[in-house]
Amino acid sequence: MKAILIWVPTLRLSDLQVGQGGTVRHVDDHSAADAIARRLRDLGFVAGETVRLVARGPFGREPLLVQVGFTRFALRAAEAARVRVSQDPA
Amino acid sequence: MNAAAAEARIALVGNPNCGKTALFNRLTGSRQKVANYAGVTVERKEGRFTTPGGRSFRVLDLPGAYSFDAASPDEAITRDICRGAFPGEAAPDVLVCVVDATNLRLHLRFVLEVRRLGRPMIVAVNLMDAARRRGIAIDLPLLARELGVPVVETVAVRRGGAAALVDCLDAHGAIAPAAADGASHDLHAEVQRLLSLAVRMPTRTAAIDDAIDRVVLHPLLGLLLLAAVMFAVFQAVFAWAAPLQDLVSAGVGALGERVSAWMPEGPLRSLVGDGVFGGLGTVLEFLPQILILFLFILALEESGYLPRAAFLLDRLMDGAGLSGRSFIPLLSSFACAIPGIMATRSIQDPRDRLATILVAPLMTCSARLPVYTLLIGAFVPRREVAGWFNLQGLVLFALYLAGIASALLVSWVMKRARRRDGEHALLLELPSWRLPHWRDLAIGLWERARIFLRRVTTIILALTVLLWFLSSFPAPPDGATGAAIDHSFAGMIGHAIQPLFAPLGFGWEICIALLPGLAAREVAVSALGTVYALQAASDDALSAQLSGIVASEWSIATGLSLLVWYIYAPMCLSTIAVIKRETNGWKHAGIATAYLFALAWLAAFATYQVASWVFG
Repeated sequence: MKAILIWVPTLRLSDLQVGQGGTVRHVDDHSAADAIARRLRDLGFVAGETVRLVARGPFGREPLLVQVGFTRFALRAAEAARVRVSQDPA
Repeated sequence: MNAAAAEARIALVGNPNCGKTALFNRLTGSRQKVANYAGVTVERKEGRFTTPGGRSFRVLDLPGAYSFDAASPDEAITRDICRGAFPGEAAPDVLVCVVDATNLRLHLRFVLEVRRLGRPMIVAVNLMDAARRRGIAIDLPLLARELGVPVVETVAVRRGGAAALVDCLDAHGAIAPAAADGASHDLHAEVQRLLSLAVRMPTRTAAIDDAIDRVVLHPLLGLLLLAAVMFAVFQAVFAWAAPLQDLVSAGVGALGERVSAWMPEGPLRSLVGDGVFGGLGTVLEFLPQILILFLFILALEESGYLPRAAFLLDRLMDGAGLSGRSFIPLLSSFACAIPGIMATRSIQDPRDRLATILVAPLMTCSARLPVYTLLIGAFVPRREVAGWFNLQGLVLFALYLAGIASALLVSWVMKRARRRDGEHALLLELPSWRLPHWRDLAIGLWERARIFLRRVTTIILALTVLLWFLSSFPAPPDGATGAAIDHSFAGMIGHAIQPLFAPLGFGWEICIALLPGLAAREVAVSALGTVYALQAASDDALSAQLSGIVASEWSIATGLSLLVWYIYAPMCLSTIAVIKRETNGWKHAGIATAYLFALAWLAAFATYQVASWVFG
């Protein structure tokens, strides 16, 4: 069987527009033992999970309110930037 | 049947917002004991209950945790106790893992993590009523079979809502340890498998949550609502509490008179009447304010509003070196810094928590108001500004703003100083909206009131007795003129420290009054009354007389300088003592005292010098 490689363009969760959804591809580690990236994975930001940017804070478009699974988390932009998502077709 | 004799220990463990504490309240009622875990400022809540079958249990309500990969001191405690690795705490006999039925995708992962420990455990699927309303169907027997541990449903807010859990504890003499699956399974994949097998969820979120959040988190409406909520809380704290406060102070005063009337004239009577009851009245007078404040905070917390407020304000607070979670502790500090500092326990990042504790005393607490009122009345003319505003009101507002601005500046400087200490995470869950249950509010209020009273009465009582001693002894020599306090130890100290305060324009009278003001800031007003040997029937009358004296004896520059001094006023020993307790050591209490004193001195110095030059 021939493996089919599909290149999926990803963007950062922090780059989504409010109301836009996506599918998590992976979470970047910003350092060797990135505790924030580990925690994001524990909270359900894992490959295949769908996410949606629900709202942004009133000042400086931060923090971001992200729906993952059945839960909503407020993430600062630097935290959300670790999550790579592929955008859902609109 | 000898198993019935021994008390089994169970621990409630689960994600934050799973309704664990409500379940704990349901199980134990008011039979709870709140303390700290040894060596840390994490709250340890333990209670007891007896099942209908006659078995008695000790229940530990562990701090909420998302993962055993601990990200905060709270989570580390939960991890260590579940593993039986916390010094001085035996491992619980049964772990009751509480999950929110409407949030299983997140909470089941933690269940799997707990199961890995291979300890006896029960899964309590809580909030089943909310789940049913949303059409979520959970096959509990199937879930139990797949997990290999007992699974029961609970509705913590309903009478009898913990019956299934209690029956389960009753029925099993001993719960078998969970089969530790050892293998490094992907927990998320396992959760998905369980969900697809045993759970049917029609929608991802509750429609009502979406609707409320659209308003509450709206960039404009949300901020307006937040301002309205803050205003309502302030209004309640200051307006509703006033009659209760009068009642308390009258009651304590009357009691003090009754007691001291029985005692022979002399120092002991003065100690009991003026020292003990005087001090007690000062503290208890704040209790109504603090209870009302706590009630609002609890209701906002239980309903889910607090994390939303943190969401709205995080960016602003982060810019100043704090976090959105700092908002409530700082808001509380406007009533009194002590409950504010106690409320910082909800801030998980230890560095953010410390920064919040250190700036909390800069919020203008209600004890400063009598001092402000006296000085503003004496030195600021009652004049209209721009046709609308009263100059006195504007000055008071400016004093509040100066406190806030100083706090932001101080925390910003601290942030710069510790720049390279890594990223501070927010990662804040916004839980579903919930209607707070009166029972949980009542128990929470009772607990906090008890902690506050225990902490404050012991400290303040000791201090007021000490200060009473300093200002009553030695007695003035026969034929002496002037105020008795002038001849006392307090008078001597006042004279001795006066050179330090001379550049601020403070005379020895003020220096003496600063000393009793250490117990609570507003006591400085009555101390000034003592210094000027005033006799007045009531506080209001005293304030009026004092206002005249102060206006004629002090220069404007001195008055303004003292006003500015009280923006920072490091002189609240109870606050310092609470900082020491909450940070587990004198270091940060010392830092807070030193920096507040330095700021107070410098700002008052600048004010005095400028004002002397302007007003000649």
